[in-house]
Amino acid sequence: MDNKALGIRVLLVDDEVEFTSALSERMRTRGLDVDVSSNGAEALKMAEAEVYNAVVLDLAMPGMDGIETLKRLLGNNPDLQVILLTGHATLEKSVEAMKSGAMEFMTKPAKIDVLVEKIRQAHEQHERLTVARIEDTMNEIQKRMGW
Amino acid sequence: MTTEQSTVKKMAASAADSKDVRPANFFMQMILPRRFLQRADRIKDLRRYRRLWWYTLLLTLFVAYLPLFVMTGVNYYMYGNNVTAEYRYDISRSLFNVSRSLEFVIEERLSVLELITHEKSDAELLDHTDLAVTLSHLKETFGGFVDLGVIDHEGRQLTYVGPYQLEGVDYTDQISYQQAVVRGACVTEVFMGHRNVPHFAITVKKDTPGGQFYVLRATIDMEMLNRMIYTQTMKHSDDIFIISHSGILQTPSRSHGNLLEPANIHVPPYSQNGEVVENIDESGTVLGYSYIEDTPFILMITKEQGDVFDMWLGDQTELIVFLVLSGFLILIVVLWSSTQMVRQIRQGDQRRVSMLMNVEYTNKMATIGRLAASVAHEINNPLAIINEKAGLLLDMANYVEDFPEREKTVAALQSIIRSVERGGDVTHRLLAFTRKMESRFEPLDLRDVLSEVISFLEKEARHRNIQIYRDFAEHVPPIESDRGQLQQIFLNIVNNAFAAVPDSGKVRLVVEPQNHHVRVQIEDNGTGISPENLEHIFEPFFSTRGDFGTGLGLSITYGLVNKLGGTINVDSELGKGTKFIIVLPTTRPK
Repeated sequence: MDNKALGIRVLLVDDEVEFTSALSERMRTRGLDVDVSSNGAEALKMAEAEVYNAVVLDLAMPGMDGIETLKRLLGNNPDLQVILLTGHATLEKSVEAMKSGAMEFMTKPAKIDVLVEKIRQAHEQHERLTVARIEDTMNEIQKRMGW
Repeated sequence: MTTEQSTVKKMAASAADSKDVRPANFFMQMILPRRFLQRADRIKDLRRYRRLWWYTLLLTLFVAYLPLFVMTGVNYYMYGNNVTAEYRYDISRSLFNVSRSLEFVIEERLSVLELITHEKSDAELLDHTDLAVTLSHLKETFGGFVDLGVIDHEGRQLTYVGPYQLEGVDYTDQISYQQAVVRGACVTEVFMGHRNVPHFAITVKKDTPGGQFYVLRATIDMEMLNRMIYTQTMKHSDDIFIISHSGILQTPSRSHGNLLEPANIHVPPYSQNGEVVENIDESGTVLGYSYIEDTPFILMITKEQGDVFDMWLGDQTELIVFLVLSGFLILIVVLWSSTQMVRQIRQGDQRRVSMLMNVEYTNKMATIGRLAASVAHEINNPLAIINEKAGLLLDMANYVEDFPEREKTVAALQSIIRSVERGGDVTHRLLAFTRKMESRFEPLDLRDVLSEVISFLEKEARHRNIQIYRDFAEHVPPIESDRGQLQQIFLNIVNNAFAAVPDSGKVRLVVEPQNHHVRVQIEDNGTGISPENLEHIFEPFFSTRGDFGTGLGLSITYGLVNKLGGTINVDSELGKGTKFIIVLPTTRPK
């Protein structure tokens, strides 16, 4: 595994600092650009301030829980790709998460390679959506300008 | 292990053992279903049902028999009374008729003699020719008169007409004469006349102006009275006769002595009307008697008890046959209905208990499910941390140059990560297993479900070196069923198999399609189950494991299989092993 920058920005949201510190370092090792947040409210602010290609989100958190955070994140930015990573792996939760618009549902403990692969996919999807949006915007401008 | 020794379907009783036939129980064993009794010895509770059965039986019998016996008794008594009343009436009527006739006939003759004494002058009475004419007139008009004579106040017969020469005979000592002198008239007892024919005499006194008197005396043939008596139609053994006040037979009798001899029967006390007396001797003879007014005669009718009761006895037999038949019928009906009733109550109780157990068990499982889910979650988080920390170390070992003892460290870390993965597997399976308590039908591959269950027990199997053989058919149609409940079913049975086999035992799992169903067979080479226990294996609270088993596992398993529309059977042979066969439909049960 090469330590090369992939140009992928990831936001990791989990209340377990021990978990996020280790995971974020491993993700960086694998070339990801990782920001860490320990609660939902902070994550929302960070997602507004920066553009992230993927968000890795825990479900069970004190304060605003994962599902609520997910809904708000997507409310602010529908193109955001969210991967849920949780220990509370019941079928009901996963169904609810997918319905709320999550891209992926993973259970802890997760294999790092699988997680990185999912993030890569999220990034690609995000890029596609962004390009499509730019094209839409360009077309709109062209139409409006009458070129 | 494969020997088919005794296939026992749930609740089907084996006809094999008929032990414990105590004499006291014999009748119950004949009437009650075998299972009812066999289990009465096994389950204490059943004594209650047996007692209930007895109570119901006895009470119902009592209530049914009481009116029957009372009615029959009343009937018997009243019928007896009727019979008595009937023959008493018979005797009274005969007595009345005959005594009236006798009184009338004697009265008539007495009256006619009195008339003669008034009508005839002394001279006419003393005239032989005239008296002869009178006698012939009497014979023609009234009959029965044999002779006629006139006796003077000194007791000498002055005139006599009749078959003998009796003029001048002295009557002073004769009762007929004395009585007539004292009372004015007299009817005598029967005596043998000169012709050796029974007669009786009637005497009437005629006073003359000179203070003297004559007594008119007529002899009357008994034949006339006899005829009147015997006109009564009587049964062969009945007897009708006349005795005098002193007990001398005045007419022939069938069974009470000879004419003019004392009758072998006591003279009954005087009574103005006819009387009927029962049991005048040991043989129970019934006597009717009537004093004939102004005569020394008592009319007697006797009837043998045997005659009286013969017809009654006939009716009595019918009554007893009726009583026995209806009693028997009632007994059968009561036995049948109380057995049915108690059986239904018992089945109802059993259903309720097992339902209760099921609910309780389901609740318990739901609680355990929730608990397991939260435990799994709590464990998953630390597992994730361990995973990431170990991963981090592994990354460092891989990427940092000159990492000391790299290979050893990498191996240790990889081992940690594998262990974490295993831990994760366990918690995931736990979550999946406890997830669904309510039925949720989805297409399932029984091979997968079974493998999933086995994975829970793999550790124990490795530990005890139990060999698990999977004989799965290549093509098994998916069945529409509930995963959680199937897991429970298989886990219960496989658990039982594990408990039964010794270390290094064998457990074989077979899954194969079978005609719109899928057949799962789980067999072991363990201790096996005795035929007696095999019968009760699916009953709630039946456990052979003593303190270790609740006795609920297989009962609930049975309930679940039923709920999923399947059947469960068990074959077992003691010492060789046990085989459970579960057949599940491929389509969802209605």
